[in-house]
Amino acid sequence: MLHFFEVLGVWLAALFTFGIYSFLYKDNPFYKVSEQIFVGLSAGYWFIYTIYFILIPNLFLPLSENFGANWIKLIPAILGIMMLLRLIPSIDWISRYPVSFVIGTTAGVFFLRYLKSDVINQITATMINPFNGGDWVVVLGQILLVVGTITGVIYFYFSKKHEGAFGVTAKIGIYFLMVSFGAAFGYTAMARISLLIGRLQFLLGDWLGVITP
Amino acid sequence: MKRKLPLIITFIIGSIVIISEFIPHRPFGTISGNLEEWFLIISGFAIILGQLSLFKVNFLKIKFKQTNWPYYVVTLVSFVVMVSFGVFWGTESSAGIFGHGYSIIATIGDKPFDYLFYNVYQHLSATMFSLLAFFIASAAYRSFIARTVESNLLLIAAVLVMLGNTSMGSALTGWLPPSLDFLHLPRVSEFIMKYPNTAGQRAIMIGAGLGLIGSSLRIILGIERSYLGGK
Repeated sequence: MLHFFEVLGVWLAALFTFGIYSFLYKDNPFYKVSEQIFVGLSAGYWFIYTIYFILIPNLFLPLSENFGANWIKLIPAILGIMMLLRLIPSIDWISRYPVSFVIGTTAGVFFLRYLKSDVINQITATMINPFNGGDWVVVLGQILLVVGTITGVIYFYFSKKHEGAFGVTAKIGIYFLMVSFGAAFGYTAMARISLLIGRLQFLLGDWLGVITP
Repeated sequence: MKRKLPLIITFIIGSIVIISEFIPHRPFGTISGNLEEWFLIISGFAIILGQLSLFKVNFLKIKFKQTNWPYYVVTLVSFVVMVSFGVFWGTESSAGIFGHGYSIIATIGDKPFDYLFYNVYQHLSATMFSLLAFFIASAAYRSFIARTVESNLLLIAAVLVMLGNTSMGSALTGWLPPSLDFLHLPRVSEFIMKYPNTAGQRAIMIGAGLGLIGSSLRIILGIERSYLGGK
C-alpha cells in the first residue's frame, strides 16, 4: 500500500508538471485545472501554516497555559477578529482599527529598518578609499563602485532637470543601472533555467527512470 | 470617528516604534516589544482574512455561475481538502484534532497534508516558476535588440553573467594564460556582480530607501491615508 501511494505521488507530480507546461502550447483546460489546484493548495497551505506556526504558539498557547500572565494578548486577538469583520460589508469599517495598527507598526519599523540598512549602511559602505586594494582589478572595481553609486543616486534625483553636467552624470548613472539590470536578468534567467533542469530531472529520473538522479 | 481614530492609532503606534529605537528604556522598550508581538498576531489574522476572502470571491463566482466557474470549484475543493487535512491530522511537526494520524502515515508514508505538499504543491510551484524560463527567453529576444548604448550594456552584462556561471563559459576562456586571468569569463562575471552591479543596486537601494522613509513619515503623520479606503 505504501508503495502504491509513493508511485501515485510521483504520477500526480508528473501529471501536474505536464499540466502547467501545456500552457507553452496555449491556454487550455488541463493548464487551468492545474493552475487552480495550485492556487487552492497554496491558500490552504498558508492558512494552516498561519494557524500552526503563528497563531497557536503566539496567541492560543500562551492564553490557554497561563492566562493571568498573558491576558494582554487578548487585545491583538480582539483586533484580529475585528480585522476579519472586513468580510461583512455593513460593518467592514471596524477593520480600519486593526489595519491602522498594522500600518502604524509597519511604517515605524520600515522607517527605522530602511534608514539603517538601505541608506546609512549603503552610504557607509560606499565611503571607501578606492585606491586601497593592491590588485589593479580591485582598484578599478572600487572606483566603478563609488562612481556608479554616486551617479546612480544622482539619476534618481528628479527635482532638477537632467541637463548639462548634471545630465551627463545622470546618464553615466543610467549606464550603471543598465549593467545592474543586465546582471540581475542574467541571474534570474539562470535561476529559472536551473528550476527547469530540476523539472526535467524529475520527469526523466523519478518518473520515467531513464536517468539516475 | 471612523476615519480620525484610525489615523490617531497609526500616529501613536508609528511614533512609539520610532521613539523606542532612540530611547530603548522603559516604558518605550517594553511597549515596542509588545507591539511587535501584537503585530505578528494581527498579521496572522490578516493572512487568514486573505484566505477567507479568496474563498468568498470564488464561492460568489460559482454561485452566480460566472465565466469559467467550474475551475473555481476546483480551487475551492483543493483549498478545503488542504485545510481539512491540516486541521484533522496536522503537519509534519504538529498534531491535528485527530492527533498525528500514525495509521495514515503507515499507509501513505506521510501525513495527508504533507503528502499533498510534497507530491503536488511543491511540484506545481517549481513547475510554475520554471515556466518563466521560456518566457524570459522570448522576452530577452525582444528586449535585447542592441539599438542603444544602454541596451548594449544590458545585453553584454546579461550574457557575460550567464556565460560566467556555466561550465561552457569556463571552457571558452580556460585556455587564457595566467597573466590574462582577469579575462576568464567566471572572473568577469564575478567582477560585474561585485562592482558595477553592486553600484547600480546600491543606488536603487538608497533611492528606494529614501522613498520608503518619506512614505512611512507621510503615513505616520496622516498625510497619506489611502489605506483607510475611499469613503
